[in-house]
Amino acid sequence: MTTPSRSMPPESLPSVAPVARLIEEFHKLPGIGPKSAQRLAYHLVRMSTEDARALAEAILAVKEGIGLCGQCQNITDRDPCALCGNVNRDHTAICVVEQALDVLALERTRAFKGVYHVLHGLISPMNDVGPEDLKVRELLRRLEDDKIKEIVLALNPNLTGEATAMYIQRLIKPLGIRVTRLARGLPIGGELEYADEMTLIRAFEGRQELS
Amino acid sequence: MQPVPANKAFADHVYKTDAIVLRQTSTGEADRILTVLTPYLGKLRLIGRSVRRPKSKIGGHVEPLMHARLMVTKGKSGMDAVSQAETVEAYPALRSNLERTVWGIYCAELVDAFLPDEAPSADVFGLLADTLARLNAGEEGMALRWFELHLLAMTGYRPELQVCTQCRGALAPNRFAFSPDAGGVLCQTCEQANRIEERQTPFLTPSVNALKALRYIQHQPYEEARRLRVPSPLANETEGILRFYIRYLLERDVRSTSFLDHLRRQAAL
Repeated sequence: MTTPSRSMPPESLPSVAPVARLIEEFHKLPGIGPKSAQRLAYHLVRMSTEDARALAEAILAVKEGIGLCGQCQNITDRDPCALCGNVNRDHTAICVVEQALDVLALERTRAFKGVYHVLHGLISPMNDVGPEDLKVRELLRRLEDDKIKEIVLALNPNLTGEATAMYIQRLIKPLGIRVTRLARGLPIGGELEYADEMTLIRAFEGRQELS
Repeated sequence: MQPVPANKAFADHVYKTDAIVLRQTSTGEADRILTVLTPYLGKLRLIGRSVRRPKSKIGGHVEPLMHARLMVTKGKSGMDAVSQAETVEAYPALRSNLERTVWGIYCAELVDAFLPDEAPSADVFGLLADTLARLNAGEEGMALRWFELHLLAMTGYRPELQVCTQCRGALAPNRFAFSPDAGGVLCQTCEQANRIEERQTPFLTPSVNALKALRYIQHQPYEEARRLRVPSPLANETEGILRFYIRYLLERDVRSTSFLDHLRRQAAL
């Protein structure tokens, strides 16, 4: 067996195929650069077999045991999901959000007692993402149920969020269901001086009387 | 008395520029990469750090289709970063109308596609700012055709609409074709010669009125062109000719047109 040349760069050392493969897989994850991928892979090499197996099983369970709720399209391990199946929620109000993480953010506030609908994206004409790529048809199907009284659009206050809100509002308007949207204005702890023009315009439109 | 030396270190690592945001993509935890059009520095790719957070002091000023004044810090190795931003024009009426929003995105997409990186950009910047202001004021059809023809001219793809592109001869009414491959109109003789030699590429046979309308838009300043009354079949034809030409040049559809078509189909129902 020949000894490796001293001039060999350190990057070419992990030529152990399974480790290289693991680094490659970590590198695909969001926010993981090549160095972080190496660190994670070498950490796993030193991990106990039980811990490694638990991690591998957790990853597989996410992929195999999880799907979309037939009603709200949120990710869930049962259908209907815990929120849609909860009789104590207000099933006449649907809050429309872009992604599953937005449901978590809104649920933390405990301000909304209704149910949700996850679109899984926003209309983005510049990336050729249209309504047919989102769960818009599924939303309209839910609205065939007469008990729905209000749709709350909780979409990002940016160009794609606004475009999606305008599009959905246009679809729902003929059905005679009340469509509302989250207020846009100044963030708590922010400073007026740095607020942009659009935020200030919306903040003025939504001003409230002090009682 | 010695003059106070200029603060060179400051001048070297920051610069100020006006910019219209053409597109943005999310990256990292809360950052965005912005593609912006500037009047003097061409098209730039800048990083907006933490602009997706609600309390970002920059985020609201650098949404797509916003005209902002930026202070940019030069990156040591990577991308330059936006360090301050102030809105010059937000085009609020454009943003509150779905069709106009998508047309605005369409214009930004064309600028991004046709203007090469680091190309001079002052005239394109002016054209885009004017067009967004026109969309904001509720003008659509003519403003968009004028934008398309003049953007093509500024970026080197001006279609020849006066004389035959090949023989430079005058055109006879109803005996001409529009060939994107030739870069303009062809007289019947040249068009048939191409067909015989099997050099035939896709072409259109526009109506005389459509050709006249396009020539007028190409040669007149906007204030004159906007007074032209274009009945809707003719407006559709001129839009179709330019879309055909642009698709040929880009070798793909303009992405935002598929949503525009979707909205039109829905409106027709």
